[in-house]
Amino acid sequence: MSSVCRNALLFVALLCFTGLAQPRELRVCADPDNLPLSDASGNGFENRIARLVAEEMGAELRYEWLPLRRGFVRKTIDAGLCDVFIGVPREFERVLVTRSYYRSSYVFVDGPRAHGIDGFDDGRLASLTIGVQLVGNDLAATPPGHALAATRNVENVRGFTIYGEGPVAQRMVAAVASGEIDAALIWGPQAGYFARRAALEVRAARPPFGLAGVPFEFDIAMGVRRGDRALRDEIDAIIERRRADIDAILAAYSVPRSDRAGGETQ
Amino acid sequence: MRWKGRSLSLAWARRIVVVACVLIWMLPPVSAVPADDGAEWRMPARDYASTRFSPLDEITPSNASRLKLAFSFSTGVEKGHEAAPIVVGGTMYVVTPYPNYVFAFDLTKPGANVKWKFDPKTNASSQGVACCDVVNRGAVYADGRLFFNTLDNHTIALDAASGKELWRAKLGEIQLGQTLTMAPLVVKGRVLVGNSGGEFGIRGWLTALDAATGNQLWRAYSTGPDKDVLIGAAFKPFYAGDRGKDLGVKTWPADAWKIGGGTVWGWISYDPQLDVIYYGTSNPGPWNPDQRPGANKWTCGIFARRPESGEAVWFYQASPHDQYDYDGVNESVLVDLPIGGATRKVLLHPDRNGYLYVIDRATGEVLSADPFGHITTSLGVDLESGALRYNPQKAPKVGKVVRDICPASAGAKDWQPTAWSPRTRLLYIPQQNLCQDTLVAETSYIAGTPYVGAELKMRPGPGGHRGEFSAWDPVAHKKVWTIAEDFPVWSGAVATAGDVVFYGTMDGWFKAVDAKNGTLLWRFKTSSGIIGQPVSYRGPDGHQYVAVLAGVGGWAGAVVSGDLDTRDGSAAFGFVNAMKDLPLVTTKGGMLYVFRLP
Repeated sequence: MSSVCRNALLFVALLCFTGLAQPRELRVCADPDNLPLSDASGNGFENRIARLVAEEMGAELRYEWLPLRRGFVRKTIDAGLCDVFIGVPREFERVLVTRSYYRSSYVFVDGPRAHGIDGFDDGRLASLTIGVQLVGNDLAATPPGHALAATRNVENVRGFTIYGEGPVAQRMVAAVASGEIDAALIWGPQAGYFARRAALEVRAARPPFGLAGVPFEFDIAMGVRRGDRALRDEIDAIIERRRADIDAILAAYSVPRSDRAGGETQ
Repeated sequence: MRWKGRSLSLAWARRIVVVACVLIWMLPPVSAVPADDGAEWRMPARDYASTRFSPLDEITPSNASRLKLAFSFSTGVEKGHEAAPIVVGGTMYVVTPYPNYVFAFDLTKPGANVKWKFDPKTNASSQGVACCDVVNRGAVYADGRLFFNTLDNHTIALDAASGKELWRAKLGEIQLGQTLTMAPLVVKGRVLVGNSGGEFGIRGWLTALDAATGNQLWRAYSTGPDKDVLIGAAFKPFYAGDRGKDLGVKTWPADAWKIGGGTVWGWISYDPQLDVIYYGTSNPGPWNPDQRPGANKWTCGIFARRPESGEAVWFYQASPHDQYDYDGVNESVLVDLPIGGATRKVLLHPDRNGYLYVIDRATGEVLSADPFGHITTSLGVDLESGALRYNPQKAPKVGKVVRDICPASAGAKDWQPTAWSPRTRLLYIPQQNLCQDTLVAETSYIAGTPYVGAELKMRPGPGGHRGEFSAWDPVAHKKVWTIAEDFPVWSGAVATAGDVVFYGTMDGWFKAVDAKNGTLLWRFKTSSGIIGQPVSYRGPDGHQYVAVLAGVGGWAGAVVSGDLDTRDGSAAFGFVNAMKDLPLVTTKGGMLYVFRLP
């Protein structure tokens, strides 16, 4: 073997070695401006859970930032930009989901005129201005949006689009705090954080009777690429091992829980 | 007597001279109207009446089979190419989809080399906002300037000779879900521009900019109080249901109109005699229909306005309280037709809801509304009230499966413009033949918010073909001939004085057919599916040319241009389900093709 060849082989071996020695990476796709879930500074509870998962894996955490709007699965995980979403509904079929690590519900955030409201049979609803999140077109609405329409509470509903300055829940809670609207129906994990900062109460919303197929509660899991069972299994084990730490993170962000004994949902 | 007579004739002569001078003075500057000899193509629809009719007649049914490629050019852009090439004075202008490059080609040189290229530096994040591929429907030329829109909400004026930017006006915010995809129209020194993005909770408008400076002259919203909609004393809608104060507020729950859609992403026509512009408004959104009881004015209809002030003249709502995404943005073709023993000034409007409306363009009266596609969602149009008679059995509802909704959301025809031939007096319609099922949806998720909706799945309509190219006689109320196409015909059409009509297919055939009977005369296989607008012009050599952009995409072709997963039928709002085989027959990539006789 010529020395050139030997040197080349050595070089290749060295490349292999340094490649193997590189730390493992956990690539997370996240929204850069969607507190309390995530933001580009890493201040959201999903950012903290991501750090925990990466730490357990002994992996280096890397983010791919993209607003998680329409087509986000196709543009991120399906495009190979990342390996995991920290939070998706357990029923979300676009990804392979892990076991769920919390369950929450849509909640009312109420101002003085709507104090104590928790359902759609409340006689005050007809005269109150209620905020809902608007998620898209073509019969798409949040479960409370469907519920308001089904109970014919449509005249005083204020829509808040996911497009706009800052997280929609922040804008909605601010509208309740300023008295612009009387109450808001928001997905719990988004509502709890902003409501606490505004000293407003959060109450799980009870779906109206007879609204079939429109759940108010969702189990939240992590999501990996369809077919990536190894990563799913690994994350499942981490969720089990670090459940107490994950619970503590969620509690620190005032995530209303509907899966906790003792009814910690407020 | 004789002397007196002579004096009279002198007086008359003087008067004639004065009248002639006044007439000449009243004539618009030559550059404001398209050249009549058919040499040029200054706006996507060629003329203000939106006929897309070329007076050139060198290419005929007897020689069309000899058409040959004159030159081609790769744009280097992969998304759907929907624009019409613009031809003025020996130069052709093409605007691409995002990133919205503008190319100027020198038609006097062999191979039409690039004279200049302009890069507007469109913001990349606008791509994530556009609903249905990042298309652009073309530029428009007026008075030495080229005007076009960018996806990130800028209207830009270029010096047509040099490609130098003269001004740019920012008209909207990407963060709010707004984009611009339409081709502007220039009327009386005003650049008319409408917005896109009704899916995201924005409020639709048409805006007039000063062609000289880009300064905003007026903005007419499609929802809200009369003062925002520019409804005033001049507003005289034909039907009683459109009369009343602030209907743009009252036909919605509380504040729902503030984010009610009604965007203006389609076509504008102009009648210089009546001095009225015509355009359509998009669907109401992003509310679920159950959340917005009421007619939801002024969405899904046609506005007639004064170009100088923007004042509304009349409005007709084709699809009140829309439940199917039947945007009203399709073109209005302005023609004069013999109807009921008199010549009526009408507009022909093939709507997404499946009806070909013939509307008196002076008054807004619907003279006829005939189905030009397969319709199950409605049972007809009541000509007394103008109302669309919805079929309650096809009303989509969350948690309920509703099958055979026809036409599908994309409509019997979408944005792709028709052509009118004054010779055959037929309207040539590129159309879809698609129905859809609304299924009970799985859990969806967006920006950290779980929800449920309905899953849409489009599929071929009766006959199994997904598209058609048809010739419609609006006086006889009938389809004279039709060509079944496997894929939706998502390209525009051009009719010519040689009685040859051109259109393209999504699998990449550019076709010439006989205007009288639809006989296929010639076809050419392009490198990618065609969703562009063909045009015809006379080159500097005196010969007739036909030009079209290939480059599949758009809502119908997003499965190819956006690399969508064919296993996910509900992608692109259910369109992927109907287009799963498109990636097997074509690939993406923009290419300009120009043809002529040898």
